[in-house]
Amino acid sequence: MAIKVDDISYLYERDTAMQVRALDHVSVEIPDNQFIGLIGHTGSGKSTFVQTLNGLLKVTEGHIYYNGEDIDGEKFDKKKLRSDVGLVFQYPEHQLFEVDVLSDVCYGPKNLGMSDEEAKKVALEALESVKMPKALYKSSPFDLSGGQKRRAAIAGVLAMKPRMLILDEPTAGLDPRGRDEILGLIAEMKRALNMTIILVSHSMDDVARYVDRIMVMGGGKLLYDDEPVKVFRHVRELEELGLSAPQVTYIMTLLKERGLDVNTDVLNVKDAAAEILAHRRELHV
Amino acid sequence: MIKISKLIHDYIKRDDEGNAAGTVRAIDGVDLQVEPGMFIAVLGHNGSGKSTLAKHLNALLFPTEGEVWVDGLDTREEKNLWEIRREAGMVFQNPDNQIIAQVVEEDVGFGPENIGVPTQEIWKRVEESLKAVGMYEYRKKSPNRLSGGQKQRVSIAGVIAMEPKCIIMDEPTAMLDPNGRKEVIKAAMKLNREKGITVILITHYMEEAINADKIFVMDKGKLAMQGTPKEIFSQVEKMKELNLDVPEVTLLAHELRKGGLDIPADILTKEELADALLGKAQSDPAGGSNGDQS
Repeated sequence: MAIKVDDISYLYERDTAMQVRALDHVSVEIPDNQFIGLIGHTGSGKSTFVQTLNGLLKVTEGHIYYNGEDIDGEKFDKKKLRSDVGLVFQYPEHQLFEVDVLSDVCYGPKNLGMSDEEAKKVALEALESVKMPKALYKSSPFDLSGGQKRRAAIAGVLAMKPRMLILDEPTAGLDPRGRDEILGLIAEMKRALNMTIILVSHSMDDVARYVDRIMVMGGGKLLYDDEPVKVFRHVRELEELGLSAPQVTYIMTLLKERGLDVNTDVLNVKDAAAEILAHRRELHV
Repeated sequence: MIKISKLIHDYIKRDDEGNAAGTVRAIDGVDLQVEPGMFIAVLGHNGSGKSTLAKHLNALLFPTEGEVWVDGLDTREEKNLWEIRREAGMVFQNPDNQIIAQVVEEDVGFGPENIGVPTQEIWKRVEESLKAVGMYEYRKKSPNRLSGGQKQRVSIAGVIAMEPKCIIMDEPTAMLDPNGRKEVIKAAMKLNREKGITVILITHYMEEAINADKIFVMDKGKLAMQGTPKEIFSQVEKMKELNLDVPEVTLLAHELRKGGLDIPADILTKEELADALLGKAQSDPAGGSNGDQS
């Protein structure tokens, strides 16, 4: 499956004095099985953008094609789109409500019309995918830790068997270990289930480590769309957008400015260390 | 400013009918002291007890055992409550839960008005507080139209308007984007340096802790480490054991040391790393034999 976004715009409070152009002529293609980071500061349009992708918001101008079909076409099955393109909102644990974890995960599939039996089967698979300890299946979702709640909420979306999963700030408010766990889990899910994943984030450090491709939004426009190292070469421009490059990019850039001829296209500490050690003869240590 | 001794806090666990069903010990024997005017960072993973600790500092929670003294006032004494809460202001994680008025300046004036400050004085405080966090030009705006970082700065102004001696910030940046985070930390730093307000910042972002005067690290309800940022972050392995990070640059220095480079373990900024690798004014004699590596 693939999504083709063709010159879309989205206006909030259209035709009023408060009109805001939240998306401004965005065109992009999202193929199968890709891990994408979508970056932008608050108000850049990224949340609006992902909501248009699964039909929660109807674009004001332009078209979105899902497997070649216009999603605003008359015959188009929006219900199918919403189960195919799963959207995990920010702080998804606020949406947990059932008496126990398993029932909560069953809720979505049942709503799609599955029998209790089927719903339970897909829910169990989803809980396994997010590595929820079996002992917690019958616990109240409110007794879980922050990271566990978030995994339960992700399982709730996974149980609808989406082919594309969009996660809006999945690590917000988690501690460093929780962050690593959730991101590691998402990367693993991607490998195991061959889904396309769009990770919406304002943390470059989180995104740099995992994704194949980064899309940067600002002022409702898609400003950069490339592989991570290439996007991070625009450190200055990213800063002007209120974003930042990964920490190691700054470190390597400074070392280069100070005369050490290192490759600045590194995204993590391990590679940075290897790159510096490869130049150890030039160091004053 | 703050003195805590042998503090224990037990939460009561309740079953479905609301009957007590055992206790959970969130704080387990903490002793610590904070001098006036310090900038303190408190680190710890989720569930380590740091938010519970914060709530003791302005008497939102009371000790199960042990004592908490805020500016010479015992939090166990009921008559001290209002004074403690005025002296130790609190800023929470979600700015949307803390803003109540329709106009920024009214929100900031709400606290002082509640404690009966005269009108003239309220407006003076509102103006000063908003200026201190760099939000004065937004005073007539609706809080709904502000960014997360701006809202959080308004919350801080609301706390400053109460003229506290101490501000406790419980993950004030967790819901903000990088810009918003920088704004809030800058505002907190400024209050500390210019007004001498004691700041206690609870955070998951190690970068926000590197400029603190002192760091407390909580783990399993206990105070696991305390010291300057350099003392704390140089212990990379220990921090990892506690499920915490160190700043990326410190981690890189650690990797380079493992790779055989003789550089300090307590590097906290990229400039310090560049100096250590490339030499500043004087360069230390090269340590040992540097084997080559491709």
